[in-house]
Amino acid sequence: MKVRRLNRRTFLATGARIGMTGLALSGSSLLLQGFGFGDLGSTIEQASKLTESATKSFTAVSKAMEDITPEQEYYIGRTIGAIVLNKYKPCEQEAGNHYLNLLGQTLGRFSDLPELFDSYHFQILDSAEINAFATPSGLVFVTRGMLRCCDHEDALAAVLAHEIGHIQLKHGLHSIEKDRITKATSILAIEGTKNFAQSDIASLTSSFEDSINDITSTMINNGYSRSFENEADAAAVTLLGRVGYNPAGLINMLRIMSKQLKPGGLDFAKTHPSPESRIENLEKLVAGTGAQMPAASQQRRFESALKGV
Amino acid sequence: MGEQFSVQVRDGQVRTKPSFLGAVIATVHYGDRLAVVQTKESWVEVALTGSKQGWIHLSALTEKEIILNTNIQQVSQAASSDELALAGKGFNKQVEDQFRKQNSQANFAGVDKMETFRISQEEMAQFLKAGDLKPQGGAS
Repeated sequence: MKVRRLNRRTFLATGARIGMTGLALSGSSLLLQGFGFGDLGSTIEQASKLTESATKSFTAVSKAMEDITPEQEYYIGRTIGAIVLNKYKPCEQEAGNHYLNLLGQTLGRFSDLPELFDSYHFQILDSAEINAFATPSGLVFVTRGMLRCCDHEDALAAVLAHEIGHIQLKHGLHSIEKDRITKATSILAIEGTKNFAQSDIASLTSSFEDSINDITSTMINNGYSRSFENEADAAAVTLLGRVGYNPAGLINMLRIMSKQLKPGGLDFAKTHPSPESRIENLEKLVAGTGAQMPAASQQRRFESALKGV
Repeated sequence: MGEQFSVQVRDGQVRTKPSFLGAVIATVHYGDRLAVVQTKESWVEVALTGSKQGWIHLSALTEKEIILNTNIQQVSQAASSDELALAGKGFNKQVEDQFRKQNSQANFAGVDKMETFRISQEEMAQFLKAGDLKPQGGAS
């Protein structure tokens, strides 16, 4: 693999465009005030500036994703995590969580995205629903119901590897609406962090909330597209093989899941393609990867760590 | 002067070899500038102080220079320069704090607790060994 190289000229142009949009955005609050106080002349002037800036910001959209740094992903991820942990109670079972982190953080280390602003962290959720979530920046949640679909360490490794796949492919960030990204990046351009004006903070926070809502509604309520799920499955197969797990663990887990999912349920039944269709897709990927017998020690530690969960 | 990269994660580990199983010989921090010695697939060999060298994964690095303490002058510089990025811009601690004020039901304490779940290099190596797992390109 070649070292990733940013196109410096593109970055220069994008930076300049975003900078201008940022300036125009402070104009938009003036515009609103203008309507209130009837200062029509300046309102029209502001409006024409806004139209101009809208054109500029449109061209910035495609570059906007690249502008979300790992540090910003971290704050987006923390907030989504806080929302997940409000909706679902965290399971406090220490041995289970420790084991989940041993397995998950080890997998994260061998993924295509081993280094995050903070780190991968894993948490069992005290819920019988069959579900798992991953935030941008590496927080991964797995319900007790999902753990019950795993009968072996490689099946659980497969669940976590699939979630890591969503993270490394930035699927969460992709679910932020495009016009939101435009708005967010234009505010992101007000870069002096130490002394944000109160109005900038309010504006940023509102854009932040909207972006968070986009991600959580996709992640928790609607699910990613079928192609994103297939991509995450493919990433999981690669990662499992790389670490030494049998990638067929994912298929075994899906077989159990297909028996346990309740039709019409609000969990994986709603947010994911059917286990059967995922299995069909996976069988092509797994074929020829060579299944090895897992060590008995894996099964012992898997059962011992999760027996109380 | 050769090529330089900046650390774009909070803490990055520099290792004896281009593998996560390589021993950690130095920890570098957000914004640190590192001189590149050579690259090998997704790993970058960097120069450390005291004529030492070590390997760090590419995902911990960015080509941009990261400015930790921004002032107005640097903001305009960043808009017109091709090599600057500003730490703490956009969604940051300040925005999180404001969000928390407006959304008191969000469980940030739970997230803080989750962030304390950290697995050391030794624990990972032990976990792999005990499970008879041999990652590709990673035998130490």
